[in-house]
Amino acid sequence: MSQPVVQIEKLWSVFHAQGVETVIHQDLDLAIEAGEMMAIVGGSGSGKTVLLRQILGLETPARGQVTVLGQPASELGNEGAASRVGMLFQHGALFSAFTVLENIAFALRELGTLPAGLVRDVAMVKLQMVGLDPAQANKMPADLSGGMVKRVALARALVMDPPLLLLDEPTAGLDPDSADAFCALLKSLHGELGLTVVMVTHDLDTLFELSTRIAVVADKRIIANGAAREVMANPHPFIHDFFLGERGQRASALLPGQPPAQLQAP
Amino acid sequence: MEENTPRITLHTTPAGSGVVLSGSWTAACLAKPVVWARIQSELGRHGRVDAASHHWDLRGLQRLDHTGAQMLWNAWGHQWPTELALLDTQRAMLTRVAQFSMPPPATTRMSAWQLFLLLGGRVLLLVDHFSGLLRLMGQLLLDAIRLLRAPGKGPWRDVSGHLYHIGATALPITALVGFLIGVVLAYLMSQQLRQFGADAFIVNILGIALIRELGPVLAAILIAGRSGSAITAQIGVMRVTEELDAMRVMGIPKGFRLVLPRAMAMAVAMPLITVWTTLAALLGGMLASDLVMGVTPAYFFAALPPAVQVSNLVLAISKSVVFGLMIALIGCHYGLRVKPNTESLGQGTTASVVTSITMVILVDALFAVVFKDIGL
Repeated sequence: MSQPVVQIEKLWSVFHAQGVETVIHQDLDLAIEAGEMMAIVGGSGSGKTVLLRQILGLETPARGQVTVLGQPASELGNEGAASRVGMLFQHGALFSAFTVLENIAFALRELGTLPAGLVRDVAMVKLQMVGLDPAQANKMPADLSGGMVKRVALARALVMDPPLLLLDEPTAGLDPDSADAFCALLKSLHGELGLTVVMVTHDLDTLFELSTRIAVVADKRIIANGAAREVMANPHPFIHDFFLGERGQRASALLPGQPPAQLQAP
Repeated sequence: MEENTPRITLHTTPAGSGVVLSGSWTAACLAKPVVWARIQSELGRHGRVDAASHHWDLRGLQRLDHTGAQMLWNAWGHQWPTELALLDTQRAMLTRVAQFSMPPPATTRMSAWQLFLLLGGRVLLLVDHFSGLLRLMGQLLLDAIRLLRAPGKGPWRDVSGHLYHIGATALPITALVGFLIGVVLAYLMSQQLRQFGADAFIVNILGIALIRELGPVLAAILIAGRSGSAITAQIGVMRVTEELDAMRVMGIPKGFRLVLPRAMAMAVAMPLITVWTTLAALLGGMLASDLVMGVTPAYFFAALPPAVQVSNLVLAISKSVVFGLMIALIGCHYGLRVKPNTESLGQGTTASVVTSITMVILVDALFAVVFKDIGL
């Protein structure tokens, strides 16, 4: 079997605030294989976003190792990072001084060698791949709706076709229609481009619709890791509350196969 | 040459010439300057001219991304070569590129009429700024009356907080700048005065210049840059995060809770900082004149009161109260005008600092002209 795209080994995350040490992760292990669509779920403050930031190399773990595409995560931010990892930030993080097209083309233009014409062509293709109208190309980010911001941010993350895509709350703040459309878009791009996707989400609909594997972070480590049905069968109280609460029941009806009623926890 | 360097190889077979691509045709690999130049020249040779007559083989590629595909598509002149061997994923990618390739929408250029309208917009904006400031001043007056009627209900905690941030925390920087200006002025003047043998007049020059002019203006400019910008940024951030709207929904008047305390704190802190800056500058001037010209501090103290009339102090203090109020009002004005996005916040803060510094100097000139007969 080939090497996993993301390998987290014996990870410790510790925060210092006013002299108090808070341990967020303790000996956390996680491996993400190529082509997976992995969802990381957990309660508020359980350190999901921290985990995502550590995969990106934005934060350094207190102990342990994070390896992404065979390299230590801390070296990920070096030159050419856009061709290895794409990140969709929760609020898009579009550069407000640039137009939509300039935002998408930014990483390519920074390479310095590619001619402006080619860069513009590639950006136009990416713009339409995420389902945007070509007429939006010259708009400023401030003039876009929430769903459009997410799409532009996705196009920007994908401009150099990185094999790994990270998503932080991809559907948060979108209305149900846009959220569904965005999920469908992510799913089709995942299939077409052969991406490995890691996402953090609270939205159960998104979770069940997109993920091929779910990792649950609680008690400072991964308490469950597997397909939706396997994870839901886990008797841990957090998982029980998260998936088998009223909202979870409703959302899990989307899952193919047996009806959710048979999944009642013991 | 590395394994994944993009390459083009030409094969001549009896059936015709074939082009075989190998390596990794991705943006990162193609963008290396040497590779780019070579690939570009070879593509130019095989591509556009007779794309159709070549047999293209893409199956040997390690990787092809959209940038590479776009490059090929452009080299083929936006049409499929007749003979093309590729993998399914490559075909899908090229199909996508072919489907979506299009020139970006043209940016519209402005007509003369639109430029004229733009000018009109600018003029109206200026009028809008003045009326906004006027309204803010009127509101401040009403709020002040309201405060006088019921002093117990005033936002006193806010006032003391702003006093600390605007006044107390500005003491070190204003003292340092004032001291250095005093030293510089004394050094420069000593050179000139020595030519006339008028060394003793250093006290008059420093006294009048620092107390009447430089003290208030220096302090006002420093505070405008330091606290004027902070006021705009604070109120602007409240707009961006919808805190202003939240206040309005709760029925809390923003004039009374945001503008009034800042204006009051500025009006109190500004004269105090002016006195502090002036003292630091006089100290610097005194030490420098002792060092350079031998004017002793004892003489300095003795000569200062007759040289500078008390009316100069009054003028300086009243000037600085006006500066303080102005800086606070301009800061609040620009803060309240910020639109709920970060770019507007940055613009507002810059505009606030520039406007308040300009206004300080303008009003100072006005004071100089109007009160030219007083204290000199």
